[in-house]
Amino acid sequence: MIEITYEFIVGLFIVVGGLLTLAATVGAIRFPDVYTRNHAISKSTTLGVTMILVGTLLYFFLFEEHFNSRLVLAIMFILMTAPISGHLIGRAAYNSGVKLAERTVTDELERDRKKGKQANSL
Amino acid sequence: MFDFVLYITLLCISLAMVGLVYRVIKGPSTPDRVVALDGLGINLVAIIAILSIILRTSAFLDIILLIGILAFIGTVTFAKFLEKGVILERDRDNL
Repeated sequence: MIEITYEFIVGLFIVVGGLLTLAATVGAIRFPDVYTRNHAISKSTTLGVTMILVGTLLYFFLFEEHFNSRLVLAIMFILMTAPISGHLIGRAAYNSGVKLAERTVTDELERDRKKGKQANSL
Repeated sequence: MFDFVLYITLLCISLAMVGLVYRVIKGPSTPDRVVALDGLGINLVAIIAILSIILRTSAFLDIILLIGILAFIGTVTFAKFLEKGVILERDRDNL
């Protein structure tokens, strides 16, 4: 009985992680420009993989009596670095001149940069 | 039942990787491809985790940390190359 409960918990973590990863890919295919795709991939893939890794950690802890500290390190590393890489690639895309989507309402960074240029030239 | 759940999740992640490969091939700009490749690396981590549960071994768990670090370094390098044109800068007087 306790075995089935453990299997249910681990399986729930893993299935939810897999579905989140799939949702990230749907976003990557359907969203209109780089920034929205970056948003979809870097957020939901990170959460999905983190949940799968937590499920793996629980599996090895509950069924094999083996606490794997390198897995904890991997979870912390992925949680810390995935937003940073998303931010860096989004900034690189903006600075290398990739256009925003057609339906974008406002671009405040461009407006502020224009203001800064005018202030410098005065 | 538990193994069935694992195989279903493996199928989900494989489909996700196929979608990201589509974005790598088709993506109109270079940052699109870099973002999709970063996602592919992270999905590979998930596949290794599930495979190590299916095979009932903890020998592959080092590879997870390794692939996480390599994906981060690759993405940072590509972002710097796209933004500045160089990856490792020279000395200050050569700039």
